[in-house]
Parts: sequence; structure tokens; C-alpha cells
Amino acid sequence: MILSESDLNALTITLKLAGLSTLILLLIGTPLAWWLARTRWKFKFMLESIIALPLVLPPTVLGFYLLVALGANGPLGGLMSWLGGQPLAFTFSGLVIGSVFYSMPFVVQPLQHAFTAIGPRPLEVAATLRASPLDRFFTVAVPLARSGFLTAAVLGFAHTVGEFGVVLMIGGNIPGETQVLSIAIYDHVEALEYGHAHWLSGGLLLLSFLMLVTVYGLNRRFTGSQP
Amino acid sequence: MTLVARFHIEKGDFVLNVNLHLPGKGITAIFGPSGCGKTTLLRAIAGLEPCKEGFLTVGDSVWQQGRRSVPTHQRPLGYVFQEASLFAHLSVQGNLEYGLKRVPSQERKIALNQAVELLGIGPLLQRRADQLSGGERQRVAIARALAVSPRVLLMDEPLSALDLSRKQEIMPYLESLHDELDIPVLYVTHSPDEVARLADQMVLLDAGRVTATGDTTEILTRLDLPLAHDDEAGALITAQVTAHDDHYQLTYLDFTGGRFTIPRKPLQIGQTVRLRVAARDISLTLQQQSGTSILNVFPATIEQIIPEGDSQVMVRLLAGDTPILSRVTRKSAALLELQSGKSVYAQVKSVALLA
Repeated sequence: MILSESDLNALTITLKLAGLSTLILLLIGTPLAWWLARTRWKFKFMLESIIALPLVLPPTVLGFYLLVALGANGPLGGLMSWLGGQPLAFTFSGLVIGSVFYSMPFVVQPLQHAFTAIGPRPLEVAATLRASPLDRFFTVAVPLARSGFLTAAVLGFAHTVGEFGVVLMIGGNIPGETQVLSIAIYDHVEALEYGHAHWLSGGLLLLSFLMLVTVYGLNRRFTGSQP
Repeated sequence: MTLVARFHIEKGDFVLNVNLHLPGKGITAIFGPSGCGKTTLLRAIAGLEPCKEGFLTVGDSVWQQGRRSVPTHQRPLGYVFQEASLFAHLSVQGNLEYGLKRVPSQERKIALNQAVELLGIGPLLQRRADQLSGGERQRVAIARALAVSPRVLLMDEPLSALDLSRKQEIMPYLESLHDELDIPVLYVTHSPDEVARLADQMVLLDAGRVTATGDTTEILTRLDLPLAHDDEAGALITAQVTAHDDHYQLTYLDFTGGRFTIPRKPLQIGQTVRLRVAARDISLTLQQQSGTSILNVFPATIEQIIPEGDSQVMVRLLAGDTPILSRVTRKSAALLELQSGKSVYAQVKSVALLA
């Protein structure tokens, strides 16, 4: 057996975390990106800057503030306690919340660019063909922005798989619960288990490469079909 | 059915201020130079242009009253944009059905295959938009707009993005639209040729204001309007095919001022056609000439004369009740003592059959 049980656990948690975070990000990010692409609100740039923050902020900084917020005395953790639940720090749910913030720009930005690139014309055409605003969104905007959705989903997923600092700060390193692959690799290296580290690192390298190949390959096909 | 439109729209420095009553039949050209507000007006009628203050009724339905406005998708209209703007993610068939599917079946008056046939796009149905030529794309866009059985069809310079041969490819389809559909069409254009070929009525726009409205035959020949001073100025004459001459291979066309003789054309007896006669192709004589090769000579009465540059004058005449234009030199006008009310003969050197 090449992978130990705790490695397999880390793999499962990583995929679950990345999948769930990507799903939540697509659900939040799609309306947000749509609104950002269409609004003429003059403070739009402020919101765009906030969304882009994780691109430049050290993950430990983001992780630190999330830890404070999610802890028993923080606003989110406190809210959870008040509702009768557990504080979110050092839980899988806490990791999902952290990942959503951390990977937000990787989902929102491709979607916003894709929606902007469509321009107003196809939506106007749809309006003259009797389509209501919601109808237009689902039958014109979403299909025309499909390459943006693909990019957003893959980048959001891959970026979440690769997160380290944020997870370390708010997830702790609880095997079977919050230990993800990137941290498992770190632990192996610390313990001088280079063989294990190689297997996990090589796997992640291959996975990341395959995901990017999918995005770039499909995007070329999609853009090839635009007149 | 009539279309009543009152709009006041401000866009930066530009102000569109119109008050229009348009007949609900035939093709009405909205004509004017670039930037005069033609497209803005059409977009306002479609509800695509934000418009704080306006009034718009089509037939007995109110589309806008003050600030209250029916959203575009609830207005039974068809819109053809300057660029075809087909949906790239759908086939031609998918594009055609997009609007059709959203129209309740009891409101469908135009069958899909009727629109397909009218525009001659049957062989293209399974193609994708990027596999079509510019002309084909625009034909699909027109069919797509017709397939929603619109109460009014709005066309925004549908030919301007096409080269000359593509224009000639589409023109016959637009002409058949005119002949076969009972849908009023508002047609934005800056091309006098398209106006002469297609329009029954005209709205002239300049700098956001309506400068004239009326029948095309009238507007094209009104000396107080710029169209009558264009280099290509001339009259539009509606005539009926009355007979063919087998011996000389000619076709005779009657209009209120007389009979045109043209080289034989494959036209049906009784068919109505449009003729265009350029002002520079009409010369005037005081007596009917006997020894002349010109066959198309009509008695006419001078209505108005105005100077055209330093050396020419533009003469507006009535042949029967059909207005025609003649551009002659100032010297000729003086020698013949041309003045309004005078009876003359108009010799037509060449005539163009439009449709």
C-alpha cells in the first residue's frame, strides 16, 4: 500500500473540501459576478478590491482573522454558539468557510469577465424575443459564459486543493477531520518520510496539470465556436 | 392600427424630442444622417432605451405612459439589429425557435416554415451561426424576428453592415416582406436607395428632431428638404404593368401622368412596380418634340423652381398627380422662361425599375 490510511483520509477531506467550496462559490459567485458585470455602481471597485484581496494577502493573515472570527469569542463562532452549535474553528465547516473566502477571486473573476465579454446585445436580442430577465440569464448569459464557468470551477477547485496557510491557521491539523493533503505532505517532510511526500506531491502535481489542461483545451474549443 | 410615439430622451449633449403618428401599415423609413437619433428612437419604441418620459401606443395597446413602461419582453414586436446578433450557442433552427417557443400558440400568426421560406434559409437550419455568411446571418435574424408574429417589425439598418453584393442578396427578401406580410415595419436607414426601394412612408430626423413625415414619393421630391438636393435626387413613381410589346420586346407601365415604355421585363400584367427617375435624367421642352428617340415624354405642370448651386435650378413638376424632379441649367430655365404654373413636357432619358 503506497498511501497510508491517514493519507487516504487527507485525500478524501481535500476533495470533499474543494468540491463543497467550489459548489458554494459557484452559487454565491454567479449572481455576484453577474451583478458586478452589469452594475454602474460607482463604488463597484471597492467590492472588486475586497474580492481580490486573497490574491495578494498572505494566507496566514486571512487565516488569522478567520480564526478570530470563527472562534468561540468571534462574531461567527459566537453566532454558532448562540444557535446552540459548536464554534467553527478547527472544524471541517470552518475550513469550508475559510476556503470560500480564500478562493473567491478565482471563481468570481473568470465569471465576471465572461459575463462582461457577452456584452448587452445578446440579452437585448433575447428581450425582443420575449425572454424575461431570468429566462435571458439562464438561456443566453449562462450558455454564452460557459467557458467562464469552466474556468471558475476548475480554478476554484484547484486553488482550494492547494491551500495551506489558511487551513493551518483555522483547521489545526486534526487527522481524519481537518488534515488536508498539503498539510499531510508537510508532516511527511517534517518526519523525513520523503517517499510518502513524493507520492502525494506527484499526485497533486498531476491532478493540477490535468485540470489546467482541461480548462485551456476546452476554452480553445469554446472560443473557436464564437462567430 | 396606428403607432403614436412621443419621446424626450437626453443622452449627454444629445436630445431626442419626437412626436410621431405613424400609419400602421407598409414600410416607414426613419431616415437621417448618422447621429440624428434614428437608432435611439427605434430602441425607445422597443423599450431598450431607458426613457424617463414618453408615450407610446401601438394600435390600442399602451406600451409606455409617462414613467410606466411595458418591458421589452412583453411587447409583441420584432427587432432586427444592425449586426445579425445570432445566438452563438444555438443552431440556426435554435435561433429561430428561441422567440417562437415563447409566444403563446394562439398568438402565432406566422408559421416557422413561412418565415423560413420567405427568407430562403431552409438549407441553413442545422448550421451554426459561425458557419453562415454575413448575408445569410442577417436573413436568419430577420426570420427570427418574424417568427414571433410581431405586431410591428423594427429594423435598424439591417443592410448597413453588409457589402454591396450582400445587400443585393437581401434586398429581394425585404421587398417580398413588403409585398407578402401585413405587418407594419419601421426601417431605420441612411441610404436613399433603400428608401426608394422599400419605403411607403418616411420620417426625416435631424439632430433629434423630426423635420418631415409623409409619403416617400412626396418627401423625396419636396424642394424644402435635403433629399431633393442630393446628387442622386429624383422622383419615385409607382406604376402598373399594363402590357408587353412582343414585336419590339417592350413593357408598358402606366402611372397617373402617362405611360412608360421600357425594355421588356418579366413582369406580370397588373403588377405594381416602383420606378426611380433621377432629376438629372429629365429634360424639359415647351412643345412636344416630334423628331426624338425619347419615348418617355409626359405633359407636366411646373410647381416650384429653386436655385441649385450657381448654375443650375431644381424644378418640381406634377405629371398627373405624380411629383417629379428635373435639374436643368439656370440658362435653360431663363431661355424657356420656366416658372411655376407653366405647362411643359418632361423628357425622361432613363428610368430605373426598382421592384
